Amino acid sequence: MHMADALLAPGVAAVMIAASGTAAGLSIRDLRRDDAAAKLPTMAVTAALVFAGQMINYTIPGTGSSGHLCGGMLLSALLGPQAGFLSMIVVLVTQCLFFADGGLLALGANIWNMAFYGCFVGYYLIWRPIMRSRLFSGLGDRGGSRARIALASILGCVITLRLGALSVVIETTASGITELPFGAFAEIMLPIHLAIGLVEGLITTAVLLFVHETRPELLMDAGDAQAGASRWTLRSTLVTLAVVAALVGGVLSLAASGNPDGLEWSIFGNADGGYSANMGLDEEAYGVSSAAADAAEAIQEKTAFLPDYAFADSESPAGTTVSGLLGSAIVAALAVALCALGGFFRRRRKA
Amino acid sequence: MEELAAQDSPVHRLHPLAKLLVAVGYILAVMSFPKYALTGLFAMLLYPLALFQLSGIRVSTCFYKLRVILPLVCAVGVANPFLDRAVALRVGTVAVPGGVISMLTLMLKGVLALMASFLLVATTRMDSLCASLRRLRVPGVLVTLLLLTYRYVGVLVDEVSAMSQAYALRAPGQRGLHISAWGSFLGQLLLRSMDRAQELYSAMLLRGFHDHFHYVAIPPFRRDSAVYMATSAAFIALARGVDLPRLLGGLFVR
Repeated sequence: MHMADALLAPGVAAVMIAASGTAAGLSIRDLRRDDAAAKLPTMAVTAALVFAGQMINYTIPGTGSSGHLCGGMLLSALLGPQAGFLSMIVVLVTQCLFFADGGLLALGANIWNMAFYGCFVGYYLIWRPIMRSRLFSGLGDRGGSRARIALASILGCVITLRLGALSVVIETTASGITELPFGAFAEIMLPIHLAIGLVEGLITTAVLLFVHETRPELLMDAGDAQAGASRWTLRSTLVTLAVVAALVGGVLSLAASGNPDGLEWSIFGNADGGYSANMGLDEEAYGVSSAAADAAEAIQEKTAFLPDYAFADSESPAGTTVSGLLGSAIVAALAVALCALGGFFRRRRKA
Repeated sequence: MEELAAQDSPVHRLHPLAKLLVAVGYILAVMSFPKYALTGLFAMLLYPLALFQLSGIRVSTCFYKLRVILPLVCAVGVANPFLDRAVALRVGTVAVPGGVISMLTLMLKGVLALMASFLLVATTRMDSLCASLRRLRVPGVLVTLLLLTYRYVGVLVDEVSAMSQAYALRAPGQRGLHISAWGSFLGQLLLRSMDRAQELYSAMLLRGFHDHFHYVAIPPFRRDSAVYMATSAAFIALARGVDLPRLLGGLFVR
């Protein structure tokens, strides 16, 4: 899930850094209002714990494989979305700097894909509505809140991870890195992350249930089922769940669609409407005649941050290719010489 | 990692802000290469290699870290040779499709970006890196959080591995953590750590901690850092603008 720098074009990386930076700035502003300094040590230690928790091997019963922890949902359930988001940023920065897990300039994208969805979408659309609802109230006080925690964590992990995986696909496709069509790439990424999300959800559930048993006051919204019930009725929960379901459905249908080019176009070119008019037409048709498609193409041209693909195939390659190969060989020789020189001086300094 | 950063070399002595900015500029330049520009990108290799040699850190130390990032990069790039079959160049009688070139470019980009960020962290101490982040006006809350987390990570990773070992010794022949312990294993550690962190924070407050750390004085921005930044910028611009290997080869082949 962590993206390397190589997978992004500079323009895409910059957009993602701007988006994540804005979210971080707003979170810091919100935290300042309610005395962030006192929360700092808890935030730091839970961030470090999520980091260390990634090393634990959870055996999945019945299979030989193992899973890991989903940080975003755990942190926002314990600290709230803003503090959770900042802690998650710190986890990702530490992973990037010390474990080369994700690139330095890809941090913006990684923060968005993992921290933003996990904390904000996971908390506001999934955790809080479910925890404040009267769902499972037939199971009694304890059973009800346990069931709500389980439902919220599993649903949260699955959905936020799918959103993250979808973003990876969008960002990579927008960077013009892969030849894989959007739909095919999504079909590879999304099922894998559905399985991972389920396992992560179960692990997160286990940890949160333990915290709920021993120290229920640490969990956000866990005690307010009664207090919040007046505002969060069954209907509002159902509405939120419908939104979530629509999101998931959209993701699923993207993966299942057999018209990847149309999908690609729908992402890049539907800004000014005309989307439905062009759905279902094949590439030639919408590329040539439709006025809406022309407008879309113009927008696409303007917003294209893809590197220019021009490849010097026309100016007969024989000469330039040979010089390119020879030049590369010279550079390689230089590189080897450089390393040998460095090694020589290192040895001399030691002696 | 901390041991590497605590060593001394001309590269270690450079101003952390200069190193940070150059690393970001270098990675940006690497990312911006078009997808078939394999030869041009290849010249960028010289730059981190030279710095590795100057700093006295072996290049091989950073390569074991590649195992983490390469899988996704490979997964994305590996389809290119099959989908992009237009012949880009011929070596003798073998036709090389464009997809192979773009796949190799992608992987090289991954390696180069990793080398640059590894070099930054391996030659810069965490506190001076954080101090230069503060200078770039990164909010204090975030930087303090980063420093605190960095301190806690070491402690907690040790604790988790001790706990895992203890668990493994009591559960012989079992791979990983059984489902019955999923919650309590990490949950126990979580609760204990949160309590301890709160005590630690009270102790910090009693000793006069207020909102942010005072960083060790980072060395002033000396002439060598300015020279370093100028040289790096010149090399990066040259290698990005001109296809150096092709130019070099052109000297010998017409």
